[in-house]
Amino acid sequence: MDESTILAAEGLGRRYGRGCAHCESSTGPQAGTNVCPRCGSVTALRGVSFDLREGEILGVVGESGSGKSTLVQCIYFDQEATEGDLLLRDDGGWQRATVLNRGEKRRLRNRLMGMVYQNPLRGLRLDITSGANVAEKLLEAGVFNFARIRARALELLEKTEIPAAYIDSFPRTLSGGMQQRIQIAKALANNPPLVLLDEVTSGLDVSVQARVLDLIRELQHELAISMIVVSHDMGVIRLLADRTLVMKNGCVVEQGLTDQVLEDPQHPYTQLLVHSTL
Amino acid sequence: MIRCEMLSKTFLMHMRGGKRIEAFSGVSFKLQEGEFLGVSGPSGAGKSSMLKCLYRTYLPSTGHVWYTDAQGTTRDLVAAPDRDMIQLRRHEIGYIAQFFPVIPRVSALETITNGMVARGFDREESIARARDLLTRLKIPATLWEMFPSTFSGGEKQRINIIHAVIARPRLLLLDEPTASLDRGSAQEVISLIKELKSQGTAMIGVFHDPELLARLSDTMLPMSDAREDGESA
Repeated sequence: MDESTILAAEGLGRRYGRGCAHCESSTGPQAGTNVCPRCGSVTALRGVSFDLREGEILGVVGESGSGKSTLVQCIYFDQEATEGDLLLRDDGGWQRATVLNRGEKRRLRNRLMGMVYQNPLRGLRLDITSGANVAEKLLEAGVFNFARIRARALELLEKTEIPAAYIDSFPRTLSGGMQQRIQIAKALANNPPLVLLDEVTSGLDVSVQARVLDLIRELQHELAISMIVVSHDMGVIRLLADRTLVMKNGCVVEQGLTDQVLEDPQHPYTQLLVHSTL
Repeated sequence: MIRCEMLSKTFLMHMRGGKRIEAFSGVSFKLQEGEFLGVSGPSGAGKSSMLKCLYRTYLPSTGHVWYTDAQGTTRDLVAAPDRDMIQLRRHEIGYIAQFFPVIPRVSALETITNGMVARGFDREESIARARDLLTRLKIPATLWEMFPSTFSGGEKQRINIIHAVIARPRLLLLDEPTASLDRGSAQEVISLIKELKSQGTAMIGVFHDPELLARLSDTMLPMSDAREDGESA
């Protein structure tokens, strides 16, 4: 593996249910379904392999149910992958997800990753202030000095263009766009080398969407973070991603340079997806 | 520096019952540093598609494009890994499209300098060179901090050109770079192209004006409409 690789997925999969001998042949893009007709198990993700290097932005597109969110949630250890493995670079060495226990996974994730969910309420705690949300991530990553935490929270809120006065406000009193930016601030709190963005602009109106996208682009420019950007919006992917994976029914059906995937799609599903853009 | 062998592109349209459309076929040429290859032919001959295949926005169907980079490594761009293409695009290969994909809400000056900074140039130096080129291509200074998405077609195109040439690419692909420009700006662009050429940039260009194309080119690559040939054969 290249020395600048920070993450590698090896045949990653996630199944709900016991599974049976027919799951593999009767689900996936060919079958057009995720549900096994024999046993009723749902294959949300199957055989996904890719790697990500420092400073790269990888786009993931696909319709609802294609496995995009399951993929990032498996990477973030929100969900346990049921097959395959995940390698993460940590301190010059490699950590294999399959051999880590829950606590080790949590610690690894808090050190190496940040996550921004589509719904800010999933990534934020509503019973604590904006500043405390950012602080929580720092505490999880092992920073305990109050003054340092406060200073870092202020710095991040400034970076994400949230007035410092809001540091002591509760997220539920803020607008959706602002909540999303606090979520971004929280995800970046401990300077993780990898940030996962799951449909971060989907629920926002266009002007707020634009600000959030600009913010992500600027931060990426400035900090050279690696990102996985999940979106069903081709415009977002075109703007942010160097390379793109196209997913359908839990599988990657095509991958390539973003402009190539969008202008010369090879797979029938990608052609449909690209030509369905308004 | 670049040797293209029997390159072809056929689109397979799954949504049209698997219909195949041949964009072009059998394209071969060789190009050295500082040389200009003029691509001629009627609309629909596949000129733009060919340039896009070299840049890998399109995946070529058959053939090879042997490219020798600044370090002397030769690879086939048809089969090169995506990351190699990203690196080559960043450091060596420039592409001026007919239509400029403007990045929203980024100023003209920033649009131009970002690419150069990403290549490892100093920001101050990039800004100085950008100002110099903006002045040269007669973009009024009042527009420099504005968003190109609000510019006229000709202004956008000039930003596009500056963006592509600022870091002096080794290979420059030109797809009708002067099509939307008035005479004065077109002339400036042409003198800029000549200057880059004299500094060693190899170029492959499509121009609407046959006289201009003949004047700029060291060699010509005539292309004909592959679809018509296919039907008459």
